[in-house]
Amino acid sequence: MAYSEKVIDHYTNPRNVGTLDKAKKNVGTGLVGAPECGDVMRLQIEVDDNNVITDAKFKTFGCGSAIASSSLATEWLKGKSIDQAMEIDNMDIVEELALPPVKIHCSVLAEDAIKSAINDYRVKNGLEPIQLEKSHH
Amino acid sequence: MKLPIYLDNNATTPMDPRVLEAMLPYFTDKFGNAASRNHPFGWVAEEAVDYAREQAAKIIGATEKEIIFTSGATESNNLALKGVFEMYKDKGNHIITVVTEHKCVLDSAHHIEKLGGQVTYLPVKPDGLIDLQLLEDSITDKTILISIMYANNEIGVIQPVKEISAIARKHGVLFHTDATQAVGKIPVDVNADGIDLLSFTGHKLYGPKGCGALYVRRKNPRVKVTAQIDGGGHERGMRSGTLNVPGIVGFGKACEIAMQEMATESVRLATLRDKLEKAVTELEETYVNGNTENRLPHVSNVSFKYVEGEGLMMAMKDLAVSSGSACTSASLEPSYVLKSLGLNDDLAHSSIRFGLGRFTTEEEVDYAIEVTKKAVNHLRDLSPLWEMFKEGIDLNSIEWAEH
Repeated sequence: MAYSEKVIDHYTNPRNVGTLDKAKKNVGTGLVGAPECGDVMRLQIEVDDNNVITDAKFKTFGCGSAIASSSLATEWLKGKSIDQAMEIDNMDIVEELALPPVKIHCSVLAEDAIKSAINDYRVKNGLEPIQLEKSHH
Repeated sequence: MKLPIYLDNNATTPMDPRVLEAMLPYFTDKFGNAASRNHPFGWVAEEAVDYAREQAAKIIGATEKEIIFTSGATESNNLALKGVFEMYKDKGNHIITVVTEHKCVLDSAHHIEKLGGQVTYLPVKPDGLIDLQLLEDSITDKTILISIMYANNEIGVIQPVKEISAIARKHGVLFHTDATQAVGKIPVDVNADGIDLLSFTGHKLYGPKGCGALYVRRKNPRVKVTAQIDGGGHERGMRSGTLNVPGIVGFGKACEIAMQEMATESVRLATLRDKLEKAVTELEETYVNGNTENRLPHVSNVSFKYVEGEGLMMAMKDLAVSSGSACTSASLEPSYVLKSLGLNDDLAHSSIRFGLGRFTTEEEVDYAIEVTKKAVNHLRDLSPLWEMFKEGIDLNSIEWAEH
């Protein structure tokens, strides 16, 4: 499959690869996907006192689109407030990376990873988890 | 060394220039229809086809009258299964095949089921080979055909063909083999192997695409198949349609070259394959799929745990290989062949098939080793599963969010 230059760029030079300390109270971790499905994405955010995401890291097992989607997600997360981050839609990722239709799944996974990381952060800080739409796939 | 490097010779092979040279006159000067019996243009074409028929027969130890030219192995397999079923269905409606067969065999079998046939799909052992006892136990008095491939396209394992044919003979059942991956790579002999019908094709042995053959035994027993394509009654009525003369000439030439060079070539390729395999399996958590004793000399199917096959292929961008992961399909299902070996989905998603060929050099293999190791290490650095494995976390203990 011919990928867009942006996918190849993120795949070749992934941004923000790594691990944050998930034990820390201001770190939220989202782990989505399953090895059997060929995609596992782990996305982490570090949040400051003003509810702003100061750092984001990812590790992904998956195809080029999955890696690119999570890499892009970490770029977008940094500097956003939790509320702004909650609004990232998978179709924004599809558009930015020009993902082909069979790869939309990867962007859905990235959106889910973002929301799952935010909810992990919320729960850790005594907030209600935000009810997520039941999976769209 | 020219990039990218082609290591997908199980999918198709480049044409040998000697084959192309043999074919060229038959497009222009010698363009006659082999069925034109009344003028020299037709005679020239017919003579070329006869010669190619001998060449194609020889590589499998058959006689030229037993070769039916087709458009390729897919058509040959369709003709063998459907043609035998239609011809012998009064005798019985049961056929036996294997879950790891090529799609065209499995889909032909499904078609036969729709026509009222009964099909047994034998499982394979974890090494990809069939259980001979199970095969024999599956035969009923309604069984008319056993269709089992000679060598598998994904993992290269070679089935115990002689033992299979002995069982078939003992029960008076015909034996068809899809030998697409085997012919030209290892010695195949329809008599020594006891084969009644055999499919093969040009483009897997450095010949042209679009030309293959079905071997149909003429003696002990005399096998008949019902034509699937009707028309002018070409190929002794079993496959109508104007013969693809240049393709057939090329196919014949490709068989002749493969036969001459097989002995030395298979040793050379096995040496290169082993070098590649030894080097890449030095990486941790790396497994070779399928039986490593009985397999084609040029194929290696390797699972690199904790990295995903398609992502891996992307990182190996100067290598043309194939992945057992089906991430590109809507279903996201990994290879059914690898799953049939009992591989977990995660390992099946993590596999790469290396298929070496006549034009593969040692320099290219060295490069492939370097690229593969680098890519696997790069992706493992990116892989949360690898990190968990390294931390000693049991991945089975995690409740994965299914997608």
